[in-house]
Amino acid sequence: MSASVINFSYLIASVCFILALQGLSSPKGARRGIIIGIVGMAVAVGATLFHHKIVTYTWIIPGLIVGSIIGAAISRIPMTKMPERIAFSHAFGGLAAALVGVSEFYTHGIHLDLVTRTALGLEVFLGFLTFTGSLMAFGKLQGFITGAPVTWPGQNFTNIGMFFGSLVMLVVFVSDPSLTVLFYAMCVTGFLLGILAVLPIGGADMPVVISLLNSYAGLAAAATGFALSNNVLIIAGALDGTSGFLLSMMMSKAMNRSFANVLFGAFGTGDSTGVTTTALPPGASVNQATIEDAVGILAASQSLIVIPGYGMAVSQAQHAVRDLASALETRGTTVKYAIHPVAGRMPGHMNVLLAEANVPYDQLFDLDDINDEFARTDAVLVVGANDVVNPAAKKNPKSPIYGMPVFNVEMARSVLVLKRSMNPGFSGIDNELFFAPNTMMVLGDAKKTLLGMVSGVKAAE
Amino acid sequence: MAQELLFALYVFVLAGFLGHHVISKVPHLLHTPLMAGTNAISGISLVGSLVAAGGDFNQLSTILGCIAVTCATINTVGGFMITDRMLKMFRKKGAPVGGGAH
Repeated sequence: MSASVINFSYLIASVCFILALQGLSSPKGARRGIIIGIVGMAVAVGATLFHHKIVTYTWIIPGLIVGSIIGAAISRIPMTKMPERIAFSHAFGGLAAALVGVSEFYTHGIHLDLVTRTALGLEVFLGFLTFTGSLMAFGKLQGFITGAPVTWPGQNFTNIGMFFGSLVMLVVFVSDPSLTVLFYAMCVTGFLLGILAVLPIGGADMPVVISLLNSYAGLAAAATGFALSNNVLIIAGALDGTSGFLLSMMMSKAMNRSFANVLFGAFGTGDSTGVTTTALPPGASVNQATIEDAVGILAASQSLIVIPGYGMAVSQAQHAVRDLASALETRGTTVKYAIHPVAGRMPGHMNVLLAEANVPYDQLFDLDDINDEFARTDAVLVVGANDVVNPAAKKNPKSPIYGMPVFNVEMARSVLVLKRSMNPGFSGIDNELFFAPNTMMVLGDAKKTLLGMVSGVKAAE
Repeated sequence: MAQELLFALYVFVLAGFLGHHVISKVPHLLHTPLMAGTNAISGISLVGSLVAAGGDFNQLSTILGCIAVTCATINTVGGFMITDRMLKMFRKKGAPVGGGAH
């Protein structure tokens, strides 16, 4: 097939990809958008198979078949594992870009022009960094590696040094192509930096890290496009890169932290038990409640706002939440869900889990849309969320999470908090909300507690 | 060469702006499908891997190309499938269960 036909197919694919992303601006057109995206991909891949440089399909067909089988298999994972799934696929995206880069350099070597050398250098560096960084993120989410930040002396110095060292290597390599060793050294530093840079980042900061790796995977693909003079790769890479970058900006903003702080702050200690930075009011005590007490409150409420957090994903309680909401709705209670942008381990994590449990999306509200409603609400049910409902973020300038936008939960008439134990949340900060007179703590596994509440509410008819 | 680079940069920068415009319209609700979807789209690096795997260059290139084809296919196939699976779950109040958003 002639080069111009193939290039034309890439133009079609680019348009399809943009339409696919445009479809995601509302749940209505989203699935149609995905179909358009699939068509675009099929056109581009189909045309490339007739590329004049392809002489054999011996190695292509097994790759396509094995890839499709694995791809289909890992699409069947439970929704609670979505952050792991996404991290894993960023690793593949990074690796694919890096390997194409190495292969291209190995084949053409010093005959490459300056632009191509620059692009290839960036491609392998970003590609390997995304590969190992995403595998580390996957390991942390999956629990293979501790979710707590791993720190060592001089860490930021080493990491920043490696980053700038790689840039220097790139410049030297680009100006003197005979130094091929520098190209491979960049592969190695990218590989190592991915590991070292993600190790110190805590589990609760994963929404930012996953988004950032999404962005890097995109930039690596765009660099491939520059190296191969392939516009569809440049466009798809730019779209992916912007998307990841925008998401990570949003996530950092929702935590009131700068990028630098997330990347170098070693914050977010997973399940630490120490460090009390909030001075609790003297004589503060916790109101522990039984399931029966909680049912009493719920049954008497006209309006309820549910605030899900990572704890809901951990105990897979989304269906139980929905059951409780249905039971209350049949009694005439209005139920809404308040979703914080950084609830869970990736952007939109809670929305997907609740959608899986058949919660209609018009009952899910963003922070800004619902925050004024708490004062008019009878009851709030916090399911495994902690820092997003911590009033210290508004009141205590000394608190590490000060300035983070949080829900005005304490303004509701009564607050029920479902929590595994009284340990502080990811930032290791005590939550004043748990000691408030109108808060009731129901300790234990969220799913069991919720199921108990469902039968309680049903029996209260 | 300089001309080619300039042209590629045009494409990159304009696509970036377009991406910013389109993606800032995606609601929080759909941020996870957005990540999965862009992931599938960036699997377009498959077109580069195909040439490396099927071209008559050298053995290393063929092997790396084959691995890259596999990785990119996993992302493309898996990415589109899981995005669709997620989107199927989003429904409005009163819509039939599992009907999805059409």
